[in-house]
Amino acid sequence: MNNRLKDRLATGMFWFGAVAVLLILFFLLAYIFLHGFKSISWHFLTSPPETIRAGGGIGPQIFNSFYLLFLTMAITTPVGIMAGIYLAEYARRNNITEAIRLSIETLTSLPSIVIGLFGLLIFVNKTGWGYSLMAGALAISVINLPFMVRISEEAIRDVSDEMREASLALGASHWQTIWRIVLPSALPGLITGGIIAAGRVFGEAAALLYTAGMSSPALNFQNLDITSSTSPLSPFRPAETLAVHIWKVNSEGLIPDVRQVADGASAFLVLTVLVFNITARWAGRYIHRRLTSSQ
Amino acid sequence: MSKVKVFAKDLNLYYKDFHALKNANLDIQANKITALIGPSGCGKSTFLRTLNRMNDLIEGVRVEGAVCLDGQDIYDPKIDVVNLRKRVGMVFQKPNPFPMSVYDNVAYGPRIHGIKKKQQLDEIVELSLHSAALLDEVKDRLYKSALGLSGGQQQRLCIARLLAVEPEVVLMDEPSSALDPISTLKIEELIQVLKQEYTIVIVTHNMQQAARVSDLTAFFLMGELVEYGVTTDIFTNPNDKRTEDYITGRFG
Amino acid sequence: MRKYTDRLSKWLSFACAGLVVILTVSILYFISSKGLATFFVNDVSIKEFLFGVRWSPEPSSEQVKPLVGSLPLTSGSIIISFLAACISAPLSILVAVFITEIAPGWGRKIIQPTIELLAGIPSVVYGYIGLSVLVPFIRNSIGGLGFSVLAGFLVLSVMILPTIISVSTESLRALPEQWKHASYALGATRWQTIRMVLIPAARPGLITGIVLGLARAFGEALAVQMVIGNVRKVPDSILDQTITLTSAITMDMGYTVMGSLWNNALWSMALMLLLISFFSILTIRLISKRGAIR
Repeated sequence: MNNRLKDRLATGMFWFGAVAVLLILFFLLAYIFLHGFKSISWHFLTSPPETIRAGGGIGPQIFNSFYLLFLTMAITTPVGIMAGIYLAEYARRNNITEAIRLSIETLTSLPSIVIGLFGLLIFVNKTGWGYSLMAGALAISVINLPFMVRISEEAIRDVSDEMREASLALGASHWQTIWRIVLPSALPGLITGGIIAAGRVFGEAAALLYTAGMSSPALNFQNLDITSSTSPLSPFRPAETLAVHIWKVNSEGLIPDVRQVADGASAFLVLTVLVFNITARWAGRYIHRRLTSSQ
Repeated sequence: MSKVKVFAKDLNLYYKDFHALKNANLDIQANKITALIGPSGCGKSTFLRTLNRMNDLIEGVRVEGAVCLDGQDIYDPKIDVVNLRKRVGMVFQKPNPFPMSVYDNVAYGPRIHGIKKKQQLDEIVELSLHSAALLDEVKDRLYKSALGLSGGQQQRLCIARLLAVEPEVVLMDEPSSALDPISTLKIEELIQVLKQEYTIVIVTHNMQQAARVSDLTAFFLMGELVEYGVTTDIFTNPNDKRTEDYITGRFG
Repeated sequence: MRKYTDRLSKWLSFACAGLVVILTVSILYFISSKGLATFFVNDVSIKEFLFGVRWSPEPSSEQVKPLVGSLPLTSGSIIISFLAACISAPLSILVAVFITEIAPGWGRKIIQPTIELLAGIPSVVYGYIGLSVLVPFIRNSIGGLGFSVLAGFLVLSVMILPTIISVSTESLRALPEQWKHASYALGATRWQTIRMVLIPAARPGLITGIVLGLARAFGEALAVQMVIGNVRKVPDSILDQTITLTSAITMDMGYTVMGSLWNNALWSMALMLLLISFFSILTIRLISKRGAIR
């Protein structure tokens, strides 16, 4: 009977742990959204920030975040998938593969501030671009790349060998098989993983402080000339993102409405990440259904 | 005449929509070896697992009817399943030693049932290993990982581990199907010795093995208990045509 | 032609995989070359840097030499991440066992999406909530200024939950069912099975999770910087303010001149962070290799 009692107590303890984690998430989301939605308005989301007065918005920061996300994904998606293909399809068990895996693990675990410093050294100083969107995108690409490689490798490995053999048996070359059979079958996994990776990129801040910079020049949204530094489209201008903005107003901001701005920006940031997460699940399932044409 | 240790009465088992055991009625006698034979998927392993409620661990399983151990229904909601499994132990098809030392494997059962004294544990471990005819082979490596033993040794270790909790009934689910002929022989010899103290139920798909080791044999086919009787009768003079077909190798 | 494409694409994919190695090596090289300048250019001894207890790198007007002892920063980092792991590790293992053993259906449907969401919340948001909820709460209900070691490790302990939980869950899931069945068949209760069979068998995976969590806590910059007050001293109590390696780098890198002693010392600290995360990866590899042989 003693053992039974201990078993009951232990079960209670496990439930306690699970409920505690649920409550933590619930509290975090409730806090962020309850406070955030009070400060979010159309004006807040579209107008530029103020430096010393209240009433500024986060328009340029939102634009910068999405633009940076776009650049980063444009760099890491092809490279990540190709590297994933190599690891899943070609790599043998040898020292080179071992080195690649060790590098992936190391890159994954590096603190993002360290990668930011590497970016400062190479993408900001060595290239002469200064603080710029491009430098920021490259730095975050370094963070994102190992994730993309891992996601791609897993998704590609999940494709059944029968399909590969069927294609090879019909006389297709290895690459044709990868391109026409394996990648399409791996698509649900790639898309789900890619969108979740995008969410992480969107919230990254530490690696951007000294690469994309902590300020935004006044942007003229009518100016579409990519080479001009006042054009929002120019990748070679400094660009403060939403996540960096939250940090900056809190640690060195002079505006009196820091709380409102940070509340609103946090809520928008978390909401976006949430949407990414939900989309990822939904998109993966949808594409899987399309591919297998099952209900 | 020996006494009935376990009996199943009108036992039905459903796995979701699948009717896996149909109205099984079987008396298992104390200190005898009962073999359950039949083609794969016939319900013999499922029946075995109803005897210590291991089927409870599988989702979607529903049991009707009664299984009584010493006259007490083990499917009574008031019964303590943990205590039941202590009384009715099980050896699995694949040897499954825990990833611990040989000693800790055998001491596991006594420890969970409250024995803490080192000296007492030492005695139990030695005795159990001895009973499982394994002591001589492992006495120099008691404190090394059990996963380093050969398959046959691992299976005998699993038997020793079981004996250490002093069960009353020992269930064996094709205990030698994953082993080589020599290890199989050792296990069979061991089973013969164990029957002095334990009631043994063994599932096997190997008819020679059933004929060699068991006192009583039950033949299952498609979830149904077709015939049950003294082993020599079943093998030499079966009552049912289906039993005869199976034993003479016409199917299965 | 087809053969040509085949070979070309193979090499292209190899080049992309190789890029990861090149990146890692060049990060190691460039951070080292900057980080070692403190010792070779500024002639600070390694011992002085690692174990010096005074961090006052400002070039002062008096003829006093600036001091770049990083021990206050290192100890701040170690204390905070260690305490965070002390809270997070047991809770994470509880949750991982809950997901795999206690309520698999519930676990998969509700707890796992929760963990993914927790992992998705950006670290600045954790920092901001720490700053706007935790810091005032500590100031008003417990004492001190609120900016404290306590606030720092509480924020971190939530941030590293997803890391430890997901690695632990995976390693518990990978255990063969037969061990569990063997234990139940011997009359063990679920708790006995978990405590005496499952957790010991999953130990390499659980330790890996904890080391990864520690590494993440050690390298986290902004969330910590926002709530610990950044006062340059070794804390006396958990209500004291403190400073970490990452927070010093975050704050000072932009305001120091490249090549100055202060700046070089910051790079040395970055090198230290890099080496620590590299060694934690090696440790994990060692653990899982040992675990595999058993």
